[in-house]
Amino acid sequence: MEKTLTREEVEKVAVLARLKLSDTELDRFTAQLGKVLEYVAILNEVNTDDVEPMAHAVEMKNVFRDDVPTPSLSREQALANAPKTDGKFFLVPQILEEV
Amino acid sequence: MAKRVAQRVEPMATDTTKDYTVVIGLEVHVQLLTKTKVFCGCVNLFNPENPNVQTCPVCLGMPGVLPVMNREAFRLALKTALALNCRIARFTKWDRKQYYYPDLPKNYQISQYDLPFSHDGWLEVASDEEFSEKRRIGIIRVHLEEDAGKNLHDETGRGTDSRVDLNRAGTPLLEIVSKPDIRSPAEARRYLEELKLLLTYLGVSDCNMQEGSLRCDANINLHLQEGDETIATPIVEVKNLNSFRAVELALQYEVGRQLDEFRSTGHRLGDVPKQTRGWDEKREITFGQRGKEEASDYRYFPDPDLVPVTVSDKLLEEIRGELCELPAARRERFRQQYGLSQYDASVIIDQGRRFADYFERVAQECEDGKQAANWVTQDVLREMNQRKVDIDKFPISADDLAFLLKKISARELTTKSARDVFAELLAGADSGTPPSAGRIDQIINERGLALVSDAGQLEGVITAVIARNEKAANDFRNGKQAAIGRLIGEVMREVKGADPKLVRQMLIEKIVGSEEA
Ligand SMILES: [Zn+2]
Repeated sequence: MEKTLTREEVEKVAVLARLKLSDTELDRFTAQLGKVLEYVAILNEVNTDDVEPMAHAVEMKNVFRDDVPTPSLSREQALANAPKTDGKFFLVPQILEEV
Repeated sequence: MAKRVAQRVEPMATDTTKDYTVVIGLEVHVQLLTKTKVFCGCVNLFNPENPNVQTCPVCLGMPGVLPVMNREAFRLALKTALALNCRIARFTKWDRKQYYYPDLPKNYQISQYDLPFSHDGWLEVASDEEFSEKRRIGIIRVHLEEDAGKNLHDETGRGTDSRVDLNRAGTPLLEIVSKPDIRSPAEARRYLEELKLLLTYLGVSDCNMQEGSLRCDANINLHLQEGDETIATPIVEVKNLNSFRAVELALQYEVGRQLDEFRSTGHRLGDVPKQTRGWDEKREITFGQRGKEEASDYRYFPDPDLVPVTVSDKLLEEIRGELCELPAARRERFRQQYGLSQYDASVIIDQGRRFADYFERVAQECEDGKQAANWVTQDVLREMNQRKVDIDKFPISADDLAFLLKKISARELTTKSARDVFAELLAGADSGTPPSAGRIDQIINERGLALVSDAGQLEGVITAVIARNEKAANDFRNGKQAAIGRLIGEVMREVKGADPKLVRQMLIEKIVGSEEA
């Protein structure tokens, strides 16, 4: 079976997920994730010619709620888990203005 | 030598400045006017003074929470798509769009990817500022998604932290994507004006650009005609457009810039990656922005937390029934029903629903559509602009204005006197006397503006004036038309508010009649 995943692809996915991987990690994950994909690839053997793509795993549809306000968290509660706040806002390292 | 150079330069300059088509597509985001957010019960309210007070575990992106679709948001979305002549998908779903930004707490935005709830619609836009003709601008798709929060950047440039307010996170947002059918910067502005008018008529959004409830990105490039060949320049996306005027100016700037760039680099579409440019309002130029890294790789997949939605005929009919008369249809009806010009009808409609309601009330009450249109588009609009108030705050009600205009039709008041009454009503309103029908009659009485159209009342005066001015009467008899003016003036001086038309008519009858006798 041909390789299902390249090292470059893992590198790209890591960048997109904001993960910094070392060279050894890249090698290890390429092999490990490749195995996972190979396993899932077994599904490719099923003939799906007449099967509609599934949009959702459950058969349920049209679940709505009414447009009625419910209480929000207090600001203190909202900010409670933030690594850094000024008591009013979430603080994050300066966002680089696109130049 | 110099002459030859000039000859070579000139044709080039004319070729490149004239033979091109501007191609523009607009992507508009509008927040929907629901009471609550799209997937949770937090209130949907513009509230920048109180950051982070409209959040809950769902819109903060806490693990293990479950978003549930707001029915009203979906209905408003359907309403908008129907008004934009879109085809409605009978099966639609929501997808996760993955990217990292501090205003996006879940690290993905719930949006719609391959199965948007609507597609393939259109909006008709005036072909020029006078509304001579209509042009149909295609709509590729309208989809429903959630808004992000708001980042506040440190503007001192000293590297302090950025602040994040998540009040806005999860606000229902419609994305309306036009086809690249727009052919000039002015047309882009007219498209936005018409779209805003439609959305505010429907009541689905307040479209307040200052508060960010309507936002616009523009894609633009040029199709240059070089002999038989059409060359497309690279597409540029312009962002940070915070007014319709900014959209027009930025696109105008881009046309010139892309022409210059093509002349110097020769770059065609596909030669360079798509560029994003910002709009610098102060310097009135666009500037290159660093593209988001791997920006196109959003790795969409169906959101497992939200179930799909199916749209039945019954629901569609119900929503269709809720649609009010749309601006384009009303513009046309005003033209036909009240005999207005296309221009007047547009001026009235473009002021928004309340203003058009005001006009229609005046027109119906005074039973003269043209008269109502003249007053509403000139006197009322002028005073509104001077006072910087909208029609809801305008001191003279539609009924009172109609009461006044009716007196003109009934020949109880000249148009000039009516204008005086109008001015005095406004002056009174400014000093605490509210306009009313009674107040109108009072002003007319106090200032003796009532037209005397009672022939009996004029009879004696006219006889006396003719007797006193035998020479003028004779001149008129002998064909000197101008002589009558002096007589009319004298009658008018004696009977304040006399109807000049009636006076003229009675004078002529009397002078000519007495000759025959
Ligand atoms: Zn919430």
